[in-house]
Amino acid sequence: MFTKRIIPCLDIKDGRTVKGTHFVELRDAGDPVELAARYAEEGADELVFLDITATVEKRKTLSELVYQVAHHVNIPFTVGGGISSVEDVQVLLQSGADKISVNSAAVKRPNLIKELASEFGSQCVVLAIDTKQEEDGLWYVYLNGGRTKTDILCVDWAKQGVDLGAGEILLTSMNHDGAKKGFALDITSELSKSLPIPVIASGGGGSMEHFNDVFKISSADAALAASIFHFKEISIPDLKRYLHEQQIPVRLK
Amino acid sequence: MKTVIIQYNAGNIQSVLYALERIGAQAIVSSDIETITSADRVIFPGVGEASSAMSYLKQHHLDKVIKDLSQPVLGICLGMQLMCKHSEENNTECLGIFPNQVKKFPADMGLKVPQMGWNTITQLRGSLFHGISESSFCYFVHSYFADLDEHTIAQTNYGFDYSSALHKKNFYGVQFHPEKSATVGEQILKQFIELV
Repeated sequence: MFTKRIIPCLDIKDGRTVKGTHFVELRDAGDPVELAARYAEEGADELVFLDITATVEKRKTLSELVYQVAHHVNIPFTVGGGISSVEDVQVLLQSGADKISVNSAAVKRPNLIKELASEFGSQCVVLAIDTKQEEDGLWYVYLNGGRTKTDILCVDWAKQGVDLGAGEILLTSMNHDGAKKGFALDITSELSKSLPIPVIASGGGGSMEHFNDVFKISSADAALAASIFHFKEISIPDLKRYLHEQQIPVRLK
Repeated sequence: MKTVIIQYNAGNIQSVLYALERIGAQAIVSSDIETITSADRVIFPGVGEASSAMSYLKQHHLDKVIKDLSQPVLGICLGMQLMCKHSEENNTECLGIFPNQVKKFPADMGLKVPQMGWNTITQLRGSLFHGISESSFCYFVHSYFADLDEHTIAQTNYGFDYSSALHKKNFYGVQFHPEKSATVGEQILKQFIELV
């Protein structure tokens, strides 16, 4: 039985887990290695680490963290944040990351996706897209942690990403992120039903019903959330039991 | 008790080493023929593409070395596929330890390719899976699969049933990633380490 994945996301700043709403107002949420090990123990299917410091001088701190995580965690994990070259990825994979995610740098230079896919294989290249629905009803791609709007449509960029060799899409709706009122069902559905690669829904998961909806209505392959797990508003075992009762295929321990 | 992980031009080798460290097993990563042949057991891991991996192995004479090993050998993911007869991935003649054919998941099944995520292993047979419950979950990432035959010791369904583990004499292969399959994977690795 192939299952839907539940993915806690850890935003990392200066080696600590943080969580904000709408990409701002950061709160401390603990030691990332400890949290990661706890999530793996509780039945998380994968983990995502997004380094939101991601300045050049912090790069070394990140690879050390990745190395620690790889030694303490027995499930797959993705690392993202500020990745812009084959060399960046080489270091992270060598430190033990299973996949990496690219975002702004790939929008600025789409060929980065192609270079990474041919060097390391599509299976480890996750294209992270931050998107926002504007008043015209269309979903646009945003850069730099949601600070910079582009004229690129989310759907077009996702398709281009697949053509360039991305192995997975991590889709974050900025309209929904942090609001805990549910995932962006329409855009998630549009991508996951039209793309040949898995789509991870992110942003807005606030209740167990929201996860059920994003799997059942939007056919997402995986759902990602951060604060509701960090602050123990929803426990992963409870969420999985609930989804199982709703006939969503999930991995139960 | 020395476990050697074969180093070649494929990814994911570090993860296997870290997983062995987690379960307290000593292992080294090496491409040295003498080191590999004198190991107590050998792990042949890999994430990558079949034809470039095979040409690398041939160039470094590792193809013959692997085929001639008499100690327990565990191929993981691409490693298992390379131990089969032939892969459709760039029409590659593989090591032929297992007679199985490796084919691509059809694009018209309505399933995403690669299969990426957790799936169950069933019809478990033999000492590698001793104490592992039927329908345990393991982590898979692959676009190609080995067909079923008498060497199948675990099967998985992704649109249809295929071999998620193979066994012939001292050779074992698993399509999933035990190094990333939580406690189930660690238990399978432990069992491999304890094989005599």
